[in-house]
Amino acid sequence: MVAFIGQLGRNVIHAIAKLGDASIFAVSTLRLLFATPWQGKHFVMQLYAVGVGSLIIIIITGAFTGMVLALQGYHMLVKVGTEALLGSAVALSLIRELGPVLAALMFVGRAGSSITAEIGIMRVTEQMDALEMMAVNPQARVMLTRIVACAIALPLLVGIFDVVGLAAGYLVGVEMLGVNSGVYIGETIDKIALTDVYAGLTKSMYFGLLVGIICTYMGQRATPTTEGVAKATTQAVMICSVMVLVLDYIITSFYL
Amino acid sequence: MIKTKGLTKTYGNVAALNDINLHIKGGEVTVILGGSGSGKTTLLRLLAGLESPTSGSIMFSGEDLAKISRKRLYELRLRVGMLFQYSALLNSLTVYENVAFPLREHTDLDKEVIHTMVTMKLEQVGLRGFEEMMPSQLSGGMAKRVAFARALAMDPQVVFFDEPTSGLDPISAGVISSLIHETTVKTRMTSVVVTHDVQAGLDIADHVILLWQGEIIAEGKSNTIKNSDDPRVQQFIEGRPNGPIPFSRSQTAYVDDLTHKPGCVRLE
Repeated sequence: MVAFIGQLGRNVIHAIAKLGDASIFAVSTLRLLFATPWQGKHFVMQLYAVGVGSLIIIIITGAFTGMVLALQGYHMLVKVGTEALLGSAVALSLIRELGPVLAALMFVGRAGSSITAEIGIMRVTEQMDALEMMAVNPQARVMLTRIVACAIALPLLVGIFDVVGLAAGYLVGVEMLGVNSGVYIGETIDKIALTDVYAGLTKSMYFGLLVGIICTYMGQRATPTTEGVAKATTQAVMICSVMVLVLDYIITSFYL
Repeated sequence: MIKTKGLTKTYGNVAALNDINLHIKGGEVTVILGGSGSGKTTLLRLLAGLESPTSGSIMFSGEDLAKISRKRLYELRLRVGMLFQYSALLNSLTVYENVAFPLREHTDLDKEVIHTMVTMKLEQVGLRGFEEMMPSQLSGGMAKRVAFARALAMDPQVVFFDEPTSGLDPISAGVISSLIHETTVKTRMTSVVVTHDVQAGLDIADHVILLWQGEIIAEGKSNTIKNSDDPRVQQFIEGRPNGPIPFSRSQTAYVDDLTHKPGCVRLE
């Protein structure tokens, strides 16, 4: 019993220490945004890697999310004879909630994991030390560029996710299930306020920042071995996925 | 060029280096020899400023690496090159871009000038024509030569070599050793080589430092080391398993471990 409590205490202390370490890492890295020369070219390269690289998976998941929303929504609404509301039901759930969260989760799997693995391997193969020895600050060049790229790329991807999802929902709702096209579009435009779009995109920017920080941190602190990098990558994906959902709840509760 | 005084580095309770006082002279090849775990890689990382000492000082042309700002350290590093044990080429860049990397980062030179300089460095290591290859397509020996070219790109005053010949075939190892020797003579740079390759080390060294368990046990010219009557030095140079430096780290008696385990029959 005593051993159990002792272990519990050690785990809690360990977790808090990790959290503190990650926070210091995040602050010291983001501070470099103002302390180092502008690295435009490197931001763009990372933006391309995490953004364009995730495009296909975002489009596919966006399409199927929109389609299944329309399908489920129709069968629920038709029972109470309100299938005319389908357009707004699909659009609101996509733009407010499912777009940012699902896109973020896919982004974690596609871009986040590769960031952790890449940084971990760069450490194993001494590339970080090599940058350091060539008087290039790896924290600015490698970590900061990736974190900023994530924070910019994810809102853009969410925008694409939403548009594709709306179009796919329209296809299923109007073309397949026979809801009137004018009513569908009218309802959609009528019920969506700009603040919904704005809230969804802001939220996804925070998700992007969070994913960037966690994934670079996990890569940076990975034990520099093959096993260590594998473990860090898995943990990064797990922590990011959970934290996205937690943060989603927190941010949403502020907006509503 | 580089002087250390009372240099000590501990990890937790383990002392990796203990009270190291050394003087690395400019324009010479200094070879730091030692077995695995002797602290030689730690020493190199300290001298290169990649880690900071637990206590003691490292004077790099008159400035204490432990006390200067990060900005100043980066300025000093423009005069320093390093060849890493596993080459540490940047994976996402081609051979050409790797060698050009320090020049593009720290100089405003024209494309043509950089092209000329990179071509010269690649010619020096015999790898012209491989510019467009990626590091993953290179053999270990070639990667090391590219890394060598990159380390020399800025025409540094000091170059650190971490195990430059380990893991290479004899010809590649020989090429790297003679490159170190020739470049040092030609460009009057200062080379600091960490290695456990005794023969290659003694061949190219102007000055040898022999480390054992985090302490310097012998120092001097290659011949002085070869003729040393310290049994530890002789054992290391000849590569004998038995001697004052124990090969076996086993803590228990071999016979007991073989015979006293449950289910084993004691052979007597």
